[in-house]
Amino acid sequence: MNALFSWLADPAHWSGSAGIPARLVEHLWYSVLALALGAVVALPIGALVGHGRRGGFLIVGSANGMRALPELGLLTLLVLLMGIGLLPVTLALAVLAIPPLLAGTYSGVRNVDPGAVDAARGMGMREWQVLFKVELPNALPLILGGLRGAALQVIATAAVAAYVSFGGLGRFLIDGLRTRDYPQMAAGAVLVAVLALVVEGLLALLQRAIVSPGLRGGGRRSPTVTVGRPAPAPANPEPVPVREPAGAEP
Amino acid sequence: MIEFRGVTKRFPDGTVAVDGLDLTVDAGKVTVFVGPSGCGKTTSLRMINRMIAPTEGTVTVDGRDVMSGDAAELRRGIGYVIQQAGLFPHKTIRDNIATVPLLLGWSRRKARARADELMEVVGLAPEMASRYPAQLSGGQQQRVGVARALAADPPVLLMDEPFSAVDPVVRESLQEELLRLQGELGKTIVFVTHDIDEAVKLGDKVAVFRTGGVLAQYDEPGVLLDRPADGFVDGFVGRDRGYRKLGFLSDELPLVELPTVGVGDPAPEGWSLVVDPDGRPLGWVQGGGSVEEAAVVPGGSLYEVGSGSLRSALDAALSSPSGRGVAVDGDGRVAGALSADDVLRALAASRADEAA
Repeated sequence: MNALFSWLADPAHWSGSAGIPARLVEHLWYSVLALALGAVVALPIGALVGHGRRGGFLIVGSANGMRALPELGLLTLLVLLMGIGLLPVTLALAVLAIPPLLAGTYSGVRNVDPGAVDAARGMGMREWQVLFKVELPNALPLILGGLRGAALQVIATAAVAAYVSFGGLGRFLIDGLRTRDYPQMAAGAVLVAVLALVVEGLLALLQRAIVSPGLRGGGRRSPTVTVGRPAPAPANPEPVPVREPAGAEP
Repeated sequence: MIEFRGVTKRFPDGTVAVDGLDLTVDAGKVTVFVGPSGCGKTTSLRMINRMIAPTEGTVTVDGRDVMSGDAAELRRGIGYVIQQAGLFPHKTIRDNIATVPLLLGWSRRKARARADELMEVVGLAPEMASRYPAQLSGGQQQRVGVARALAADPPVLLMDEPFSAVDPVVRESLQEELLRLQGELGKTIVFVTHDIDEAVKLGDKVAVFRTGGVLAQYDEPGVLLDRPADGFVDGFVGRDRGYRKLGFLSDELPLVELPTVGVGDPAPEGWSLVVDPDGRPLGWVQGGGSVEEAAVVPGGSLYEVGSGSLRSALDAALSSPSGRGVAVDGDGRVAGALSADDVLRALAASRADEAA
């Protein structure tokens, strides 16, 4: 323990291109790139499949399939194919980011109250307006939940970049192992964990700031409201209720 | 005016939801589609705003085929209210109501001013404007649904079982409110329900659908109750139809004078009606002696002379502890008494008139 603290307290470890701040920035940079790439792939697919309300089994199947890929093997394969560089690292990490983002976006859009969607269409919204003005805003809590899950996983796993002689906080782990510098290894592990938790906290704050107050579960029920049934829970993540095709008589 | 001409809807699985429907909905009136589950009433309604396309035949609104032109634009000109309201959970009440005006390109300021105006029209307190749907009761949500449908002042309003998810007391007040609103606005309203009571209460005309999407009868509610076209309609309209029909008849009933007593006065033998100093009924007392407030038995329903139907007259007589129904004038003062026999005699007279 003391060795860990004295390693972290050593000013020499806090400066230079191999210092903690530089490694931290590298680590965050890989993570952000991977999350952005994952989002570019997962958000449109999840939103469109959720909007169409069919083909959900493809989403679930492919997300589970991607989760099952061995990360280290995938990275090794990509490096063998492309050589050492940012691209294979980003791709390998993006594969981790896609499943939670895809599942969150799909189920978020899919689970928006069918009555609200029917009303939106019936009042004369076009399909893109239904998606952007009604479905996505209401899916936001689940989309952000997916993003938080993806961020946690990508940050925790980005240490593998060092395995293929790349940067990031993983360097402390790999180098520490090679030189049997166990305080350095422990410091690397702690730094990754702390970074993941800090990012998680920031995303939680973001979620509070951008999700409509009308979607916060529980809600501040007005004391003057006395009659009527309890309102349905606004965000209901799972499972997807099967609904008759619109217009079919019950 | 909305017209269905030879309209059939067949779903891909082969189900026929609507079968050869010919029907004209009068402008400025409330037309109710009623029938059991699977009778095609909702499908018919949804073909008016093109939420469902007919397989055969045409639906026209003011002479224009709904299938011509742009669906979204058609829908912006037709108010749409659905069961459970279908409000947008992420938007405030004010922004929910302002939806269609904003789609039509009004300025945000004008749309919000219109929303505030409509909240008053449908009886919602102004402080609700910045709340979210989850904070409202079912009845309040449905009022918002109606306000949202009225926001751009469309001439046609489609209402798909709008009150079926609220409790009976709230439902009744929403129905009254709708009739009051319609008296002021004179919209062309198509209203779907499975509840025959709601249908005869709200409809200027009622279309009864039978399973398989066939129109069984299309008539004014009084005619529907009086002369069901066939056994299906008879069965659907139900056992109490004779009693319900009284609601559509009104007649000058002969009133007999009703002696009244005030609190503290000596009461004669038998039942006497107790009134307040202004002559409004308080209840009944039985037996002699001086009238004490504690001894007053609550009265039955009241029959208002002039505006009341035979149904309310008969109910006044049947619900009164003394068997004599209390008739009141427009100010609520006692005008006289009537009996159940008087109502039945008036009914017989109106039958004789009809037959002649």
